[in-house]
Amino acid sequence: MQLDIQRESGGIREESARRRVRNALLSQEAILFAILMIAVVVLASRSPNFLTASNLLTQGRLMAEVALVALPMTFIIITGGIDLSVGAIFGLCAILLGWTWDNICLDPLAIKTRGMECAAGFPLELAIVAALIAGVLCGLVNGWFIVRVKVPPLIMTLATLALFRGLAEGISQARSVRGYPDWFYQLGQGDLFGVPTQIWVVIVAAIVAGIVLSRTTFGRSLYAIGNNETATRFSGIAVGRQKMIIYAFSGAMAALAAWIFVSRVSTTRSDMGTGLELDVIAAVVLGGTSIFGGTGSIVGTMIGVVTIKLLQNGLSLAGVTGDATIIIVGAVLILAVLINGIVQRRSGRS
Amino acid sequence: MTSMPAAAARSTSNGVLMTLRKIVASQEFALFISLITLIVLVGSVNSNYVRPNNLLSVLQGNAFAAVAAIGMSMVIISGNIDISVGSVVGVLAVICGNVSKAGAPDVLAWAVPIVLGAGVGAVIGFLVAYMRIPSIVVTLGLASILKGGLILVTEGREISGFNESFLIAQMRPLGISVPIIAMIVLTIIVAFWMRYSTFGRSIYAVGGNPEAARLSGINDRRVILIVFILNGIFVGIASLLFATQLDIIRATVPANFELLVITSSVVGGVSILGGVGTVIGSTLAAILLNAIGSALVFINISPYWLRAFQGLLILVTVLIDLFRRRRQGIGV
Repeated sequence: MQLDIQRESGGIREESARRRVRNALLSQEAILFAILMIAVVVLASRSPNFLTASNLLTQGRLMAEVALVALPMTFIIITGGIDLSVGAIFGLCAILLGWTWDNICLDPLAIKTRGMECAAGFPLELAIVAALIAGVLCGLVNGWFIVRVKVPPLIMTLATLALFRGLAEGISQARSVRGYPDWFYQLGQGDLFGVPTQIWVVIVAAIVAGIVLSRTTFGRSLYAIGNNETATRFSGIAVGRQKMIIYAFSGAMAALAAWIFVSRVSTTRSDMGTGLELDVIAAVVLGGTSIFGGTGSIVGTMIGVVTIKLLQNGLSLAGVTGDATIIIVGAVLILAVLINGIVQRRSGRS
Repeated sequence: MTSMPAAAARSTSNGVLMTLRKIVASQEFALFISLITLIVLVGSVNSNYVRPNNLLSVLQGNAFAAVAAIGMSMVIISGNIDISVGSVVGVLAVICGNVSKAGAPDVLAWAVPIVLGAGVGAVIGFLVAYMRIPSIVVTLGLASILKGGLILVTEGREISGFNESFLIAQMRPLGISVPIIAMIVLTIIVAFWMRYSTFGRSIYAVGGNPEAARLSGINDRRVILIVFILNGIFVGIASLLFATQLDIIRATVPANFELLVITSSVVGGVSILGGVGTVIGSTLAAILLNAIGSALVFINISPYWLRAFQGLLILVTVLIDLFRRRRQGIGV
């Protein structure tokens, strides 16, 4: 008897271990990583310029903005929400950064007009801070309406997508700002220990976000909200506060990404970040975060970002017009959700 | 006994009052009043604004967007959304122009975007209704694929030099341009159809409560598929009007077109939560939006502020819709 039970439990343990290994191998992250590796091998064989350190570092530089905004987007989609306004916040913050620096005079305190004497201009450091604060405020506006007025996230962020982009256009009057001081370009164009500066920012942000999501009560509560919001509320979690925080975080990261972007391209325009939301959502969904909420991880999102960027880069090295590589983003987005849905349905989870 | 006819009379007069009150409280009425107020106010500041020519151009400016908004309203009422309209219009317009340049008869060149639009709608509808992918994901992805495809195929070249007989949007039978006629006629037909036909009502049922609609015998998947096909047809008509409004077709996606169309629907009273709204509202809203844009020019406000106004307008209407629902206890 005793032996039987032992043998049985041993069997169960063995089986559950095997299942765990199988689950890990079949997880979205693992499948995605395999696809990424295959893509890298294929692309490397097609173009000798692809798998070189300098190309990969350049690609890393180019994917920093999407990667940063994808972190809070992962949080938001896990809770079952969405933020379509990130591209518009990105544009508004870029404009605020350039416009305040270029147009506001502190002594005398006024908005510069042509031929005006200005003893003390607006310091660029302060303009950066202003842009970051504006990003957080934009996110808080989204969060407040979604939480307090209960506007569905899709609609709220669609409305603010128009509003924030409109503010960017209105404030800038379609004028671009350039001619920043040299130190400003360090973040977007400079290197640190031989690696583009913004890649360090992305690595730090991704590690922090990954730990917060998987190892803290805050992070775990986001999954709970995505799985069953009502139950989460009844179990004493401040659902509204958590949501406000993640939408504000989204605005903050959009602003940070805008700062990096302006520093990288040396100019400010009001149409910056148009369509950014698409790249970001595609990367997050490709990374295995369910668009219905409840599942997802930062590791998956980062692999998603890298996969999309490398596929785009590979295509353009293969001679496809740069702009046309967005085809891959769209196709990948639809396929990822389609396959994810089929897999989920088969395993009976949905 | 004498009280019977009196009561009946009172109830009919109550009925009339109720209908009147309903009309006055409707979004369509509010939009109409806003439009009139705007025209009167701006006209009193700058009389050029109320010239017949300008008023006609206000009517015409967003006519193709209003046609697309008819389809969008159906999609939103059914509880879905389509953010690929801009890309679809861009692609269909280029195809339409190329078919005409290839020497096809005008009628064929006009039919092609409409048929292809229905085809695109069928693909979206199939993925949404039968493969259960959220419409936002499908149309977001499709928008990207079409936009990239357009750049890839056309390499940004523009098409020009059409026969005059092809440019249907510039024709003026009865002195009124075709886009205005198309907008008005289609709006009226669809408004009646959605209000009085069984299928029209079933769109509201599916959007309002899919579970209840299914239990009462409505095939909700089929309804959604057909709604997207119809939407594709209207997008096709819109792209025909867009393609032929100038003598040149640029190989670009009209900037933020989907946002304009969605704004028209939402400001027109189509609830984004599904189940509520009319296409009369969306058409009035499309006209109002263009009237605002035109007014900015006449009262010397930079047109760069237009989009901010639009965003604010969506936000305000969405809030009003939510408060109205909450007061009526429909819930969110």
